[in-house]
Amino acid sequence: MSILLDKNTRVIVQGLTGKIGSFHTEDMKHYGTNVVGGVTPGKGGHTHLGMPVFNTVKGAVQETGADASIVFVPPPFAADSIMEAADAGIRLCVCITDGIPSQDMIRVKRYMRRYRFEDRMTLIGPNCAGMITPGEAVMGIMPGSIYLPGRIGIVGRSGTLGYEAASQMKALGIGVSTSVGIGGDPVNGSSFKDMLELFEEDPNTDAVLMIGEIGGPQEAEAALWARDHMKKPLIAYIAGLSAPKGRRMGHAGAIISAFGESAQEKVELLKSAGVTIVPTPSSFGETVAEVLSVMNKAA
Amino acid sequence: MDIHEYQAKELLARYQIHIPRGGLAYSPEQAAYRASEIGGDRWVVKAQIHSGARGKAGGIKLCSSDHEIVEAADAMLGARLVTHQTGPQGKLVSRLYIEEAMDIEREIYLGFVLDRKSERIMIVASSSGGMEIEEIAEAEPDSIIRATVDPGVGMQDFQAREIVFGLGIDNALIGRATQTLLGCYRAFVDYDAAMLEINPLVVTRRGDLLALDAKMSFDENALFRRPHIAEMRDKSQEDQRETYASDRGLSYVGLEGNIGCIINGAGLAMATMDMIKIAGGEPANFLDIGGGASPERVAKSFRAVLRDRQVETILVNIFAGINRCDWVAEGVIKALREVGVPVPLVVRLSGTNMEEGRRILAESGEDIIVAETLAEAADKAVEAWRAFSANKAA
Repeated sequence: MSILLDKNTRVIVQGLTGKIGSFHTEDMKHYGTNVVGGVTPGKGGHTHLGMPVFNTVKGAVQETGADASIVFVPPPFAADSIMEAADAGIRLCVCITDGIPSQDMIRVKRYMRRYRFEDRMTLIGPNCAGMITPGEAVMGIMPGSIYLPGRIGIVGRSGTLGYEAASQMKALGIGVSTSVGIGGDPVNGSSFKDMLELFEEDPNTDAVLMIGEIGGPQEAEAALWARDHMKKPLIAYIAGLSAPKGRRMGHAGAIISAFGESAQEKVELLKSAGVTIVPTPSSFGETVAEVLSVMNKAA
Repeated sequence: MDIHEYQAKELLARYQIHIPRGGLAYSPEQAAYRASEIGGDRWVVKAQIHSGARGKAGGIKLCSSDHEIVEAADAMLGARLVTHQTGPQGKLVSRLYIEEAMDIEREIYLGFVLDRKSERIMIVASSSGGMEIEEIAEAEPDSIIRATVDPGVGMQDFQAREIVFGLGIDNALIGRATQTLLGCYRAFVDYDAAMLEINPLVVTRRGDLLALDAKMSFDENALFRRPHIAEMRDKSQEDQRETYASDRGLSYVGLEGNIGCIINGAGLAMATMDMIKIAGGEPANFLDIGGGASPERVAKSFRAVLRDRQVETILVNIFAGINRCDWVAEGVIKALREVGVPVPLVVRLSGTNMEEGRRILAESGEDIIVAETLAEAADKAVEAWRAFSANKAA
């Protein structure tokens, strides 16, 4: 398997019976994801899209053996749903919801720390497009057709910019092991570094493409970790070169509010850590191809 | 979302933070009347705009007579104050806050922010108040005290005391200062603030500790549960282009360039703006149409972008996942026919239903420059803008 998700992962959908949950669940099943049920409090005992609906995540886990959940719950209730998943023993939770208050996410992160590291749920998102292991399974809202199965890991904040990268790679015949969208919020689940650690250990990944943006310390943290611990090549792009300071660019977290948070500063730091930089957003494909050809020559 | 100084002070006063006596005024006469209500012999007239550094821009005046108050108010009301935080267009003054003047013994900086590294609320304090925090970090980095709060239990008394002792506050004021810090933390949490700054927090000759200035901004994702805060929004302080777009549910940021952008996804929008810049142009805006955009929503986006008179070319860049290129194409045609687009238009469609979308554009008979890749789209947009702009000048 690649990282976190494969065709055997047993997935439940929190917010299955809603319009958005239903729509994307059909797409995920169509792609081959092993979706085994859903949770909507008050609708337990019903069947939806041919799957059982449960009142609680614990109930769903008991009956279906689910080990992963995807959250399509509206923002006022999403933090609660994530904590419910963590408490029910879910191993991997992907939260798509955009608009969760920061203080709710602070609470979620604090709550998750009550579990020992080895028992702790991996949270992807919120405010993300989800993740895909091409050819196996998708937990998210991305179009599966633009990803070719392969050996490059992708981790990024943005959904559509990740699509752009994957499709440029596909055009050159380069495939993806797993692509993870960690989301655009200031307080999120897994960080860039968390994903690099998994990709570094993954025997099915040869190199990693990281797609960052302005705001926050996570790209810098990832770069320093990669410099000291990563053997696989890391390639990176930072969006927001033309973004002015102090303005929020769509994502709640995409704002330059401190030293080191601009695209220019992040690119400089990444370069100094030995990371290969994708110079423009139209050169994802060719930059990855160049790195691969250097690797092949060396091998 | 930002609020005014007087609003922040009103909120903080509910948490037992001391503030100078003051009142709001909308006219010079009202300003003088407020001063008479407050009493004393020296007052400060303060322009209420969403920006710091108002003093240097002439937005804060110390007055010692009715006549001076009326004169200061007259000069400020209706003016646009330009500070380094407002941009060159400045911000309109339509409210004044009249406050009793204080005899200041010392100034302290106090800030509460969301620290993204520790993912906790962080308190930042310095004994060198009165300057902006960036200046303090430059000039007196050793004076800065930082502490983070465990969200499981909230801010503890000892944490507040540690900061208070660190600031070297007089023994007589330790209780008051501790209460001030704990009150700020509670206000930050209770109102879902994103930032709270008291700069300066002053010790007066009379031995009180007061918030002389106060600034708060709030997490927009939490406004649904803070209706009282949402009501404090002052649209006159926002970029009018942004107000128009946000009232219609569009995520828009106005910039200074000439190439209008209509894009799906925040990351792709930033990357497209970067690409325009690399190609030699300047983006006029950031605009994310979001997922599942209907033709109506696309047409609405054109209206928002075209309200900016600087726009001389529009670039539509869509990589459809949950979106559908055919809907976007229909929206583009709708905009051309119903809104009218008096500038060159470049469209790049990719992803879900791409072929259908491109066919709709091609068969419309409308004057649309089509691009297949991101680089081609940016190049064509800059080229079209140069030609249009040269033509206009001629």
